Amino acid sequence: MCLAVPARIESLEAGEQAVIDVGGIRKRVSVALVEGVAPGDWVIVHVGYALARLDPEAAAETLAAMAAAGLEPGTLA
Amino acid sequence: MKFVDEFRDRDLGQGLAAAIAREAKPERLYQFMEFCGGHTHAISRYGVTDLLPANVRMVHGPGCPVCVLPIGRVDLAIDLALGRGVILCSYGDTLRVPASAGRSLLKAKAAGGDVRMVYSAADALRIARDNPQREVVFLAIGFETTIAPVLCMLDAAVQRGLRNVSLLTAFKLVPPALHALLTDPEIRIDAFLCPAHVSAIIGADAYLPFAAKYRVPCTIAGFEPLDILYGIEGILGQVAAGEARVDNRYARVVTRGGNAQALALMGRFLQPVDAAWRGIGTIPASGLGLREAFVAYDAEKRHGVTVALGRENPACRCGDVLKGKLRPPECPLFGTACTPDHAVGPCMVSSEGTCSAYFKYSEQ
Repeated sequence: MCLAVPARIESLEAGEQAVIDVGGIRKRVSVALVEGVAPGDWVIVHVGYALARLDPEAAAETLAAMAAAGLEPGTLA
Repeated sequence: MKFVDEFRDRDLGQGLAAAIAREAKPERLYQFMEFCGGHTHAISRYGVTDLLPANVRMVHGPGCPVCVLPIGRVDLAIDLALGRGVILCSYGDTLRVPASAGRSLLKAKAAGGDVRMVYSAADALRIARDNPQREVVFLAIGFETTIAPVLCMLDAAVQRGLRNVSLLTAFKLVPPALHALLTDPEIRIDAFLCPAHVSAIIGADAYLPFAAKYRVPCTIAGFEPLDILYGIEGILGQVAAGEARVDNRYARVVTRGGNAQALALMGRFLQPVDAAWRGIGTIPASGLGLREAFVAYDAEKRHGVTVALGRENPACRCGDVLKGKLRPPECPLFGTACTPDHAVGPCMVSSEGTCSAYFKYSEQ
């Protein structure tokens, strides 16, 4: 029920709507719940609403931390 | 898909599984609860349990809004559709939830009720606008994640002066349920793997009281398999260090304060109410209901109806499954009388229900 998918904002439209790209598929959703988004920004989308921004830098940091956590102790990254 | 595929990488997953195996002390049993049905589903789907040492157990929590939707509320939705001639709109997941006497919204639709499956609350608003002579009721279920979009719809209805739409609410809150689980003497939880998208709304700081008061580590994790493994790895690190803090491991989406706009909408339209959780019972202040000022949009008051208790199938053990006391295969109905096609209890109906996840992904 609480699943939400990452999507990129393609363009903003009237009435707090936006066209998004979800894995290559275009869709119109509401951006009323996320303030100040612009084309190119990433958000997560749930039941037709963008719920939150997705921060690509934080995603890269988490992936790096995951890789570091998985290293055998004593190995050099 | 970007920001999805990277978090399903096999090599990184194996590295994290090895780290978990290193960090778990063989002499002790770890019991971590994933509250959210999204996590339960992902754990089964990606075989996360098979990557964990036998003494690191994931206990499945009640975070599936379809599963904890009280049977009386489904009965009421059916009565509104069949007896009052309303257009009853609902998310697809709730249509097959078993109600009293073997009824369901899907069967009510087959019997001539105007029951419509919608993808979004905004669809219900469109239906109300297109049918000004009809009453439209939206069966609004969900945790914090799903509540905010419904309130956007309600806000639009108020602004446009649409008066033929109302909400039959079954809104649930995660923090009061965590409190109830932690104070249940029959449940042992060493740490919480906290929900991904509920946390996007309520913010990481919402878990601070649990870490402080109950000394329970709270780690927020996304729904991808690497997120879950990384979350468990983080919990083990806290346990080893004797810590209990809030660790946000889904920082690409979750902030400390959450979504201020969503929280403001919740404060404006809704107030805390005691809420019944199917299979569990009533938890104080664990739900949200419409404030008095918006009574015109409250389906129960608008149509002069009240929720009755409903009759559960007495053999169904969903209540114990929802509290993590029973694993689905231990229920006598599991896989025999109760299957996804002929579900007796709500945990088998919802695609995120624990029983459904076990049935779909475990070897029978």
